[in-house]
Amino acid sequence: MNILSLTRFQPVLALLMLAFSLAAHSDPETVSQPWQQALNSLAQGSMAEREQAIMQLADIKDAHNLTILQALLDGKLFTTKTDAKLVIGTDNQQGFTISDAVSGADLGAVEHDALSKINLTNKMRGTLRKIIGELELSADDPKVRLAAVKAMAKEADDRVLTLLRERADKEPDEAVRQAIKVTLLLQDMDSSDKATRIMAIEALKTKNSQEVANRLNTMVEKDENGEFIEPDEDIRNLAKAALININNRLQLYSSIETVFFGLSLGAVLVLSAIGLAITFGVMGVINMAHGELMMLGAYTTYVMQQLMPNHLGISVLLAIPAAFVISALVGIAIERGIIRFLYGRPLETLLATFGVSLILQQSVRSIFSPLNRSVATPEWMSGSWQINDFLSLTWNRFYILVFCLLVFVLLLQILKRTRLGLEVRAVAQNRKMAKAMGIPTARVDAMTFGLGSGIAGVAGVALSQITNVGPNLGQAYIVDSFMVVVFGGVGNLLGTLVAGFSLGIANKFLEPFAGAVLAKILVLVFIILFIQKRPRGLFPQKGRAADS
Amino acid sequence: MFNTIANKFAKKLLLAAITAAAAGFFPAAHAEDTIKVGVLHSLSGTMAISETTLKDTMLMLIDEQNKKGGLLGKKLEAVVVDPASNWPLFAEKARELLTKDKVAAIFGCWTSVSRKSVLPVIEELNGILFYPVQYEGEESSKNVFYTGAAPNQQAIPAVDYLMNDLGVKRWVLAGTDYVYPRTTNKILEAYLKSKKVAKKDIMINYTPFGHSDWQSIVADIKKFGSTGKKTAVVSTINGDANVPFYKELGNQGVSAESIPVVAFSVGEEELSGIDTKPLVGHLAAWNYFMSVDTTKNSAFIKQWHDFIKNPKRVTNDPMEAHYIGFNMWVKAVEKAGTTDPEAVQKAIIGVEYPNLTGGMAKMLPNHHISKPVLIGEIQDDGQFVTVWQTNKLIDGDAWSDFLPESKPIIADWTAPINCGNYNTKTKKCSGQNY
Repeated sequence: MNILSLTRFQPVLALLMLAFSLAAHSDPETVSQPWQQALNSLAQGSMAEREQAIMQLADIKDAHNLTILQALLDGKLFTTKTDAKLVIGTDNQQGFTISDAVSGADLGAVEHDALSKINLTNKMRGTLRKIIGELELSADDPKVRLAAVKAMAKEADDRVLTLLRERADKEPDEAVRQAIKVTLLLQDMDSSDKATRIMAIEALKTKNSQEVANRLNTMVEKDENGEFIEPDEDIRNLAKAALININNRLQLYSSIETVFFGLSLGAVLVLSAIGLAITFGVMGVINMAHGELMMLGAYTTYVMQQLMPNHLGISVLLAIPAAFVISALVGIAIERGIIRFLYGRPLETLLATFGVSLILQQSVRSIFSPLNRSVATPEWMSGSWQINDFLSLTWNRFYILVFCLLVFVLLLQILKRTRLGLEVRAVAQNRKMAKAMGIPTARVDAMTFGLGSGIAGVAGVALSQITNVGPNLGQAYIVDSFMVVVFGGVGNLLGTLVAGFSLGIANKFLEPFAGAVLAKILVLVFIILFIQKRPRGLFPQKGRAADS
Repeated sequence: MFNTIANKFAKKLLLAAITAAAAGFFPAAHAEDTIKVGVLHSLSGTMAISETTLKDTMLMLIDEQNKKGGLLGKKLEAVVVDPASNWPLFAEKARELLTKDKVAAIFGCWTSVSRKSVLPVIEELNGILFYPVQYEGEESSKNVFYTGAAPNQQAIPAVDYLMNDLGVKRWVLAGTDYVYPRTTNKILEAYLKSKKVAKKDIMINYTPFGHSDWQSIVADIKKFGSTGKKTAVVSTINGDANVPFYKELGNQGVSAESIPVVAFSVGEEELSGIDTKPLVGHLAAWNYFMSVDTTKNSAFIKQWHDFIKNPKRVTNDPMEAHYIGFNMWVKAVEKAGTTDPEAVQKAIIGVEYPNLTGGMAKMLPNHHISKPVLIGEIQDDGQFVTVWQTNKLIDGDAWSDFLPESKPIIADWTAPINCGNYNTKTKKCSGQNY
């Protein structure tokens, strides 16, 4: 945006640039002329000029390069709107704290709109990563060096290879040396010397690397005319054998991955169903507003993040108790205000709670706007746990799985070991008898409903990390929740857990063959058939309570 | 018991009376000196997320026109109804607008299915509908003006860009399971095959509305894209499902540099509800970006901010489509000297109005308009940086040239053809109702 408007003020700009270069000259550090020019076109040129400028900067080795290019890649390089000066800025909510990009001098704080960012395209980002990789190849931190090698391997040209060869001998860290070795070996596969190629294949066969698999694949493939791309038969056979080896491992890891996907989908199902397992399973109330209670939990997360924008991680953790309290209070209000008048009339309960769900949705729409709200994911929940090239588990799913199990265990303990749990179970088993024993059943009903609703709110916090936070959040999960509870056996928490996980895993194993839409349908058909055969679900309740 | 029922009944009566008063008497007082414009956008339900903004845009445009002195010496009056994201209700509300409120034109609909449901009503009653959203094409009605992009104004140029500028060799066509993605992907598949892309290099995937568990699909895409050939995802995934999709891409380490995603349904408005970190560098193809620096666009953005009283609100492509559509309608009414639909339908063909991004949009005989095509990369502030754009405006093509069944068909609402689906081979108008 500002590029165009700047070109309109070219004369002024020229003066400014002159002033800028004069200022740079008076600087004790001498800055070379072409380098300065490259910087200028980086700041004010068009996208194409900017691309060239990055290449120029890389060629003119200058001590400032790393800081400037890194800032550029991180989106922290700006120009000031008043005097088009190149600065590095860090966001501090109210504005930016800026420092001169060349001299590093502190320039204080400015407003957000005083700066304009230097935008990048994907191509530039790729080039930048490579250049920074080259610069960081001799960094002190082995992690930085590893990242550098990986970035360079992606765009391996002669220059990169020479640099890597040089580095391989000096590299003290094992992991980095391995990474360099794989890159170089991959290159050796194209060597003109047959012995070198055979050695490379032998050495790479044990590596879990996608690139190796790709390279080997091209060796055994035929081209359009039916001729082998690789003319040498020995090499071809060797590659075939190596591929079988690699593919076996690939298959193993991909089934591990599918199981994990299934478990994590199951964890989401269990989380959303577990509150319902209490209200529907234990109390027998068909609560159509259950999804909206989850939505309230998700919105609580959003509000918490708005309240403490600088502490993303903590705000998500704090949102868990907050969401529990808010959803529980709303749940208790629903129970006291509506449901208690409708006990024993399931159809009316269904309609009334459906009405409540619509009211909750529309009120959220009125308060927060119909647009989805953006809930940020804390750093420790993004990215994945890279076990090797073939297997990586995403952190957010991993944490949700752990969180789901925690909530489940906690809930089980509440029901087993606390007074409330005892009363809940007593009322569920025989309401009249419990009342005769002096248990305040009305109060217990309210508390039970509150507990179930509160857990729905907690589930909402987890959902806010993986899906949209919007007024329709609840609707997407209500059917699945009922499905899990009915499948697992009404009134049985363990059943809900097993049902959730098995449905999740079944879904994920079906998905690759059947596609997402059909997989869902198949699972639903299976449940319908299953319920025909065993109307009480996986783990039916036994005893007198079940018969009544 | 009886008492309460009687009570409720009385309340209902009272309510009915109030509504009748509001609906009937109030506009009647003004009926003589105003021209009514129908606004048919969902203000509740799933689609409220996108359509509410368009309702506000229409109110702003009508307000602006009234400040300029109205139209034909009369004031414009907006009649806003809420079809509540309920497709059959769209048809009912459209009928209500045309028969009861007697609006001169309707601006509305978002999803293709809502447009399809309004179509029979608007044709039966000979109304006018301006449809502002990019869509799958294969349609041209006498009564509908398509101010959003046809596939050749969005999908095809985007694929060209990926193929020629980024050297993409393998393609994932991912979409939500409904008519727009299905048709668009059919066109794209035919187009890719015509460009000698092998079948094994195309992966097509459909997911249900609001899909939130993208783990296995993203893992599949990752595998598909790991063969060493440059891979890109062409996404017709609908609004809501995009957030978990991009999140999963980010978490599984699929970056825009390795496998770029070009989306046709993700605009500034959708991005404002998303944590944009995992999206930076991914692409979108539109005919308008808020970031495009022209004086017209700055003025439009300022007007929008003043009207909505919130400087943080964004503008997007369908808003521009309404801006162009509304102003074209105003010009056509002035040209015809009447709001009579028949006259306006004739007058509007050939009417020109400047795009916000530069160039002149023109209403074509097939009821589509000419547009520039822009490809932008998503930045972390939720805006786009234009990385590529067509050097001239592209005329909207109602019937795709890449599908064998629609290749010989053209739409032309001028004499002598006067038909929305004229077969150039058999020289016949098929007479179907679209």
